[in-house]
Amino acid sequence: MTATTHDTHDAHHHGPPPGFFKRWLFTTNHKDLGVLYMVFGLLMFFIGGAMAMVIRAELFQPGLNLVDPHFFNQMTTMHALVMIFGAVMPAFTGLANWLIPVQIGAPDMALPRINNWAFWLLPAGFVLLLATLFLPGGAPAGGWTMYPPLVLQLGDSFPFLILAVHILGISSIMGSINIVATILNMRAPGMTLMKMPMFVWAWLITAFLIVAVMPVLAGAVTMLLTDQYFGTSFFSAAGGGDPVMFQHIFWFFGHPEVYILILPAFGIVSAIIPTFARKPLFGYSSMVYATASIAFLSFIVWGHHMFTVGMPLAGQLFFMYATMLVAVPTGVKIFNWMATMWQGSMTFETPMLFSIAFVLLFTIGGLSGVMLALAPVDLQYHDTYFVVAHFHYVLVTGAVFSIMAAVYFWLPKWTGHMYDEKLGKWHFWLSTISVNVLFFPQHFLGLAGMPRRIPDYAVQFAEFNMISSIGGFVFGLAQLLFVYIIVKCVRGGQKASSGVWEGAKGLEWTLPSPAPYHTFETPPAVK
Amino acid sequence: MNQNKLTRLFVASTAALAMLFSAGAAAESDWRRPWGVNLPEGVTSLSQVAYSMHMLTFWIVTVIGVAVFAGVFFSVWKYRKSQGAKPATWHHSTTVEIVWTAVPFLILLGIAVPATQAMIKMEDTSGYEMTVKVTGYQWMWEYEYLDEGIHFYSRLDRDSDRARQRNPEIRPRDVEHYLLNVDNPLVVPVNTKIRFLLTANDVIHSWWVPELGWKKDTIPGFVNEAWAEIQEPGTYRGQCAELCGRDHAFMPIVVVAKTEEDYEAWVAEQQEEVNGDVAVDDDDLSDMEMDDLMALGEDVYDNQCMACHQAGGEGMGDMFPALAGSDKVLGDRDEYKSILLDGVSGTTMQSFASLSNQELAGVLTYVRNAWGNDDDGGDVFQPADVEDAR
Repeated sequence: MTATTHDTHDAHHHGPPPGFFKRWLFTTNHKDLGVLYMVFGLLMFFIGGAMAMVIRAELFQPGLNLVDPHFFNQMTTMHALVMIFGAVMPAFTGLANWLIPVQIGAPDMALPRINNWAFWLLPAGFVLLLATLFLPGGAPAGGWTMYPPLVLQLGDSFPFLILAVHILGISSIMGSINIVATILNMRAPGMTLMKMPMFVWAWLITAFLIVAVMPVLAGAVTMLLTDQYFGTSFFSAAGGGDPVMFQHIFWFFGHPEVYILILPAFGIVSAIIPTFARKPLFGYSSMVYATASIAFLSFIVWGHHMFTVGMPLAGQLFFMYATMLVAVPTGVKIFNWMATMWQGSMTFETPMLFSIAFVLLFTIGGLSGVMLALAPVDLQYHDTYFVVAHFHYVLVTGAVFSIMAAVYFWLPKWTGHMYDEKLGKWHFWLSTISVNVLFFPQHFLGLAGMPRRIPDYAVQFAEFNMISSIGGFVFGLAQLLFVYIIVKCVRGGQKASSGVWEGAKGLEWTLPSPAPYHTFETPPAVK
Repeated sequence: MNQNKLTRLFVASTAALAMLFSAGAAAESDWRRPWGVNLPEGVTSLSQVAYSMHMLTFWIVTVIGVAVFAGVFFSVWKYRKSQGAKPATWHHSTTVEIVWTAVPFLILLGIAVPATQAMIKMEDTSGYEMTVKVTGYQWMWEYEYLDEGIHFYSRLDRDSDRARQRNPEIRPRDVEHYLLNVDNPLVVPVNTKIRFLLTANDVIHSWWVPELGWKKDTIPGFVNEAWAEIQEPGTYRGQCAELCGRDHAFMPIVVVAKTEEDYEAWVAEQQEEVNGDVAVDDDDLSDMEMDDLMALGEDVYDNQCMACHQAGGEGMGDMFPALAGSDKVLGDRDEYKSILLDGVSGTTMQSFASLSNQELAGVLTYVRNAWGNDDDGGDVFQPADVEDAR
């Protein structure tokens, strides 16, 4: 893929409109919106992270030391909602906004005004959600999974929660429709589907998942709302309903959702590893098919979240087999990344370090996922810290690490400056060591019998909890360094070349750094 | 056949060993200890199946994990630019890709076969010899022995309850089995196929004793089934595993498995006691003395109400209103009763109708009179008043 031309500024090219509000509030520019999404994600990462710090501080020792159990439940619930809908999804959407147009040679997203609206719904949704912390009775405390009948015991926060979920869902759906429309309609001539960068492919598939399942979540929470206020009994056994039906509907959304949180990560490391191995991605087409297979399977495995609810044997077996199958395409991806590194010529800048850590630590999360797939043993693992360890390995060392890798990788393109490599490495090593101190012992806690979502525990769990908390505090502090590195890079630093990295391939690297406000107004020709 | 023989041999020998070491008394399980890192093998055939499946899969995924780590580290060591590595240009190989699609599939197939057998065994509740109905409440368990007519509630023990308060009088570390002990354990016989029927009264809970090998959700309006046949006498501890509100962490489960003879003796004792125990006899509607009501009420309050409404009835924020000086407590008697019997919808105040008439009368009287609430002079609620309001 080579761009034959790219425009720099001339008379009719214009920069951003003057004035802070005019630029950021009304912007329809994909790069501005990408920045907004990512800054919002970073902010939420710290709010959600602060909640995690409360959780780890309370669990530092047995006994109720700092907070009331009810507030603890608010923290676990809000931590999940904020991290999933506020940090990881917006960060990925921000990356999509910034990168997809420049990776496919499009001048902007297909639907720029919808793009603006989709973003600005997010702060609205989160104001509603976070405001519940100040309501009488506090924030939602029934878990992010919102299972009835427990969720119906929430006080005033309940309608706020439902409305916030609706708003965030609408935002995601609009953002995703925009991404699908952009990818399918705005590729430069010659950019066939099978020539697209893996990040674009991963997002195309992710966007379809979002469009498919967000409305399902909206339906589920609407039924909760009518159960609470309008006398229906969808989920109330007393009125002929079924509390387990909510779980089926929720996880029909929820399992694709967890792949929404990881597929873009696959795209990111598929861009970074070949760059620093100076060797093309191994098995490009099998990567595409593997991603699509994972997306398909995500629709038929939801029952593995519910092995303990009393499903019929046949149902449990079906969900067990389908879940085990996920390991096959996921394994293909891991092996392909390994093969990409094999006989390469590797250097280890910060994005590469985070990507290698991603491959290794995501593998740990994937393998514990295989264990969790087995229904007869899941009856032991379910709802314990083993599950907590599993999904934090895939979400923190998976999704979050990939986002960090992406930020270091593309930051020179966005800002025109190189970040501080030495500090970047410090950030990497502090994060990688502390995150394992934080989450690895949680496998042991779960197997040794500690349930999740408890503010206090039997003293036999004290040692590993203390270790885990120490890891958590270090990991939390290390992220302040991340912010410092970003701010420092935005404000100045060594000038970045257009290619930035020696092995970088793709249209975005043909643009100057920083990329001009408008790019590819004349489509590049792709061979 | 062979396996059956082996199992029987195993059961017999472990039972013999257990008897040797426990010398008649119920042994405390040695699985729960600090620095524990693994699942228990447990004391039922299901827990042992789960354990062996767990270990099998654990070793398989560990080997795969080590191979992935080794492969990546080898590349990182061998193919670095600083060592003069020149990049190759190949970027796919159909053979290799087929191999690493097919081999994991075959490994999974190998795991799926024993997992399927285990699952079929788990679901087979036929041939049970006794039935225990388990009902989850916020935040305690109710046990009913369907054939023996025994029925009681099981709550967090007093010492743990005192130690789990903010600024407690005793430290958690000084409580034996902190948060894993109850007032009334579930007592069952060994070597008996027990069917559990599991349901809940308010929200979803999950009944989990690791050494029995499974957990099962208890869901209001539904009855789930599970089974266990415990091989060794002993005390086995577990917890609620499904988030069920504020005190989710504080509704432990204790199962005491006794030899058949000891269990029979226990059953006889329980059946005799039914009429002796004032506090749990629901049919007795005779009036009680004020002092008895207050004593019983304080007991119930400490166990059921104090966690939210606090020791002096001062409540906590808007979520858990104060009871001292409360208009609701000192107001209309019927309304006051209905708060306890029906709960208050849209709040965490659930119904306490599962308590006995005596217990409810006691706590109604106690709260109405404690903490300077007794301005109108000894307002008493009798069991019959409660029965009327039901």
